[in-house]
Amino acid sequence: MERVGTVAALRRLVPYLKPVRAGLIGSGAAVTAGMLSGLAIPLVLQWILDGPVAARDTGALPWPIVVVAALSALEALMFYLRRKLVAGPSTLVEARMRADLYAHLQRLPISFHDRWQSGQLLSRAISDLATLRRFIAFAGVFLVVNTITLVLGMVVLFSLSPALGLITLVCSLPLLLISTQFESKYAVLARRAQDQVGDLATVVEESVLGIRVLKAFGRGPQLAAKFLGQARRLRRTELGKFRVLSLLWGAIILLPELGIAAQLLIGSLGVADGTMTVGTLVAGITVAGFLRWPTDSIGWLLAEANQAATASTRYWEVRDAEVTITDPDRSRPLPADGVGAVRFEGVRFAHAGADHEVLSGVDLALRPGETVALVGPTGSGKSTLTMLVPRLADVTGGRVTVDGVDVRDLRLDDLRAVVAVAFEEPVLFSASVRENVALGSPGATDEEVREALRVAQAEDFVDRLPWGLDTRIGEEGLSLSGGQRQRLALARAVVGKPKVLVLDDPLSALDVHTEAEVERALRQVLSGVTALVVAHRPSTVRLADRVALLDGGRIVALGTHAELLATSAAYRAQLSTVEDERAEAAS
Amino acid sequence: MTAERDWRGVAAEDTEDVAAAVTMKLRARSRALLGSLLRPRFWPAMVVLLLVMLGNAAQLAGPLIVAAVIDVGIPNAVRGDGTVLAWCVVSYAVCSLASALLWMCFLRLSGRIGQDLVLDLRQRIFDHAQRLSVSFHETYTSGKVISRQSSDIDAFGDLLEVGIDDLLTSVLTVTGIAILLLTLDLELALVVLVTAIPLAFIARWFLRRSNEAYRGVSGRTATLIVHYVETMNGMRAVQAFRREGRNKSIMDGLNSRVRSSARDSLSVVAVFTMAVRMIGNLTMVAVLTIGALRVAGGSMELGVLTAFILYVRRYFEPLDDVAMFANSYSSAIAALEKISGLLEEKPDVPEPERPVPLPRRRDGGLEVEFAGTEFRYRPDTPVVLPELDLAIPAGQTVALVGPTGAGKSTIAKLVARFYDPTEGEVRLAGVDLRAVSDVDLRAAVVMVTQENFLFSGSVADNIALGKPGASRAEIEAAARAVGADEFIRALPDGYDTDVRKRGGRLSAGQRQVVAFARAFLADPAVLVLDEATSSLDLPTERIVQRALESVLADRTALIIAHRLSTVLIADRVLVVDQGRIAEDGAPETLIGKGRGPFADLHSAWQDSLA
Repeated sequence: MERVGTVAALRRLVPYLKPVRAGLIGSGAAVTAGMLSGLAIPLVLQWILDGPVAARDTGALPWPIVVVAALSALEALMFYLRRKLVAGPSTLVEARMRADLYAHLQRLPISFHDRWQSGQLLSRAISDLATLRRFIAFAGVFLVVNTITLVLGMVVLFSLSPALGLITLVCSLPLLLISTQFESKYAVLARRAQDQVGDLATVVEESVLGIRVLKAFGRGPQLAAKFLGQARRLRRTELGKFRVLSLLWGAIILLPELGIAAQLLIGSLGVADGTMTVGTLVAGITVAGFLRWPTDSIGWLLAEANQAATASTRYWEVRDAEVTITDPDRSRPLPADGVGAVRFEGVRFAHAGADHEVLSGVDLALRPGETVALVGPTGSGKSTLTMLVPRLADVTGGRVTVDGVDVRDLRLDDLRAVVAVAFEEPVLFSASVRENVALGSPGATDEEVREALRVAQAEDFVDRLPWGLDTRIGEEGLSLSGGQRQRLALARAVVGKPKVLVLDDPLSALDVHTEAEVERALRQVLSGVTALVVAHRPSTVRLADRVALLDGGRIVALGTHAELLATSAAYRAQLSTVEDERAEAAS
Repeated sequence: MTAERDWRGVAAEDTEDVAAAVTMKLRARSRALLGSLLRPRFWPAMVVLLLVMLGNAAQLAGPLIVAAVIDVGIPNAVRGDGTVLAWCVVSYAVCSLASALLWMCFLRLSGRIGQDLVLDLRQRIFDHAQRLSVSFHETYTSGKVISRQSSDIDAFGDLLEVGIDDLLTSVLTVTGIAILLLTLDLELALVVLVTAIPLAFIARWFLRRSNEAYRGVSGRTATLIVHYVETMNGMRAVQAFRREGRNKSIMDGLNSRVRSSARDSLSVVAVFTMAVRMIGNLTMVAVLTIGALRVAGGSMELGVLTAFILYVRRYFEPLDDVAMFANSYSSAIAALEKISGLLEEKPDVPEPERPVPLPRRRDGGLEVEFAGTEFRYRPDTPVVLPELDLAIPAGQTVALVGPTGAGKSTIAKLVARFYDPTEGEVRLAGVDLRAVSDVDLRAAVVMVTQENFLFSGSVADNIALGKPGASRAEIEAAARAVGADEFIRALPDGYDTDVRKRGGRLSAGQRQVVAFARAFLADPAVLVLDEATSSLDLPTERIVQRALESVLADRTALIIAHRLSTVLIADRVLVVDQGRIAEDGAPETLIGKGRGPFADLHSAWQDSLA
């Protein structure tokens, strides 16, 4: 990956910072005001001690003490304002960036999500954005304020005595050089650490999601060893960061101190010569001392800026990913009297970057209201074909039409309103049953949801759940059996009364009894809609009016189950069971 | 924005309320964890302390040297004697060098200690989560384990990185100055030290509020993470069902809740730092007023007052750092509360303290026996298996059939010791499973379910999970045995093809065959198949079926399947109904009876194949 400069990476935050600039500037002003009143307090104190107190003049005391008290209160107030003013903007930027990332991820195609581990996407939404928030709230503000302080301090020093100014400057220049060097080294390490954190999250996720497999094979220790290895690598990277950081700190402490030592020497000689006054020397050293914190903080601030730049780069890496499946520039409406006719015309499909096609010229027409079963060997592209209808993937050649309109000419919302799908593994979210069923139609009434549940033969068991439709299911809620999950997925598919249904073998993972229940549900679900059903089993095929056999990226046979059994050897090989073979062998 | 209640629905664990007594217990628990982490690193930590003290001393020497230059060095130099000046400049340079070097050593050593602590904690969490039983993971979701390992570890790491050096420096400074003030002037010193009382109250308020705020942030972030991860993992459904809009409003709601908690926590810090600074500054004003009057009255020297005021300012400055430390400390403690909660969970199926070795494996596998075995998932749920007595001789292939919820999977899980029986025993070759070491048990018993989870890595890696260190030839032989060789070779990189996230590159059937190859490579004495053939297509199932017949020959096998074809290769069929064995016999015998549970099921299957 090409390394983007820190400044360039941070500059990409500008669109988010602009709307909240008032708060950020206010916070910077509060820092400055606090610093100035903090600086003024000792001056006034000095004046009181040298003046009225030394003169034992109690009558002149009240007013100066009021001034000190006022400055003291002002300083404390500025401490409050600096944080208070930045609290809103920094958290707002974080929330907005997260919302935009989330929205973008929802638009990115499935092919993107297949490539990216959710651990990596999560670390961008949580830890990277937290890094940016911290940067904006603290380091960013101080970076600006301290730089200004440094420049002003140098101007004061030079006007006091060019010689003293020059010494401080000469000591600061190598610091600048070291900092730049450090920046590039540190950025590489920071980036590596953040990636390693993401990888570690992936192993943790797998260790928990695959716990049954790990337990069944007793392979926990192997994965633990892998985890430990990765955690150690992360530790090494972090220690590398400390190494670089300690060198920088050494330089940051040493160089200004050596500058003061040189000032002492030159200044004292100057005083001895009579070319400089003691007052100037003391003032010079005082100003140099005042510049210590702004100089010291540069290392820390640069480190933060680097972390923030890395976080920004990682964030934009995802935001810059291209949304390849979009609404057309000029969309066409579906015909008002659409009946749900689906056609595949010379459809080709290849994965991005792959040199062979999964589908190489599929022609298939589904008549309105008809159920077509799609049969084919493992890996023949059945699931891919189903993804093309709701445009979860786009064809690389040919076209898919619904009621005569190319799906790519329809608005995605329009298309996906008429095409509903159910997947091989039903996806349930940690939300209420109602929310899971009315997934895409949050406006659906309870009656509509219930009707869908009835069609999918799921109403009875839902009513038996402790809180009915309000019961939370999914990972964080009540767990359901495979048959129950599958029926909910079917209910979800019919809730908006779609014209076209695409089902990726909804019966595959069920036992006989549950399969019978879901099959009954399916029969109802399929009536009156055009449906494409991926099937592995004769029982599923029997639900279909016609069967299409997909092999080698094309439809090689099309007809009723009985016709194909009679005419196609490939079909027989695909759908006959061990028992059938035994029977054949016996006869 | 959407209220959480609207979409999340209701679950039992929502009614959690943390009582005060519980909070105390949580605190004690997380402090104990912190102690156990720090104890082995006591001496390195002492070295760090020493480095900080020396570094501070070197830095504090600077102003004294400058004073010496002005008071002695310059006047001498004016008189023509530069020795003092030269010595001063050289010692200033040496002090700077020493302070820089000490600081570098400190950073590297404390960084190393911190990273070691983090590594130690990471490993403890990981190992413990792996030791915990499957039943635990069914209720404690993966998202929670992930946040223990990510955001909670981060909070702990922040404490180590941000806090310790500041805290050490601050404590040293404050103590030193307090002693100095007491020796300078008792009355004024008491004015300064009495501020400890309001400071203590403010600190208490701050710790409580910032702890609350932190809990809010982390709890709300956890909910956000669950929603986010589920959206990413269910993206197909999200897009196909136009869920994006609804998800966006849910996310906006979660996001703004997290934001308001984060803002609260920043505000608490803002108020606290202001209060500390205000108290410090007002104390200084009071010292100035009282001091000025006393100086005017002649009961105090001007020099003492000057020194006092300078020191008072430095006395209050580090308290800010203490506050920041307290803040990251309370975040870290809240995180440690949750981590220690996870670490405190006891495994339901503990390792035996004195394991009994299994007898050497004979050719035909090992005998499995249920003796008066009773099982229920939780004390408050009904009994799933009431007193099961069953003996499976070594080498026998047994098929379990029966309706969903009859207890077939429970029997399988008991054999693989995912659970322990609530009454009675499950024995392997005559040994109670609770007395068998995990290593022996996992080598002897392997279970394949329809949950064919693949780990990131290549196809070969996933098969090799069955036998770590297996050669490529062994892996390929296992794949050939289950008929997976052909499709694996057709993948772009063959056996080295990356299976991608959760095996997404392969179809469900292909993942299942890989899971089979994995089990065959493991070559266990007892093989348990729980619906393991259900997602195969027919041609693949035929191949697996043929392979099964030879693979099952020399081992004990327990098969749960709803496909007739799979059941028929068994030596013995058990029809399970409501946790009891309703019928037991060879499949041909049971079918031959004409009537009976298995004969009925058999005829239903025959119909479904037509």
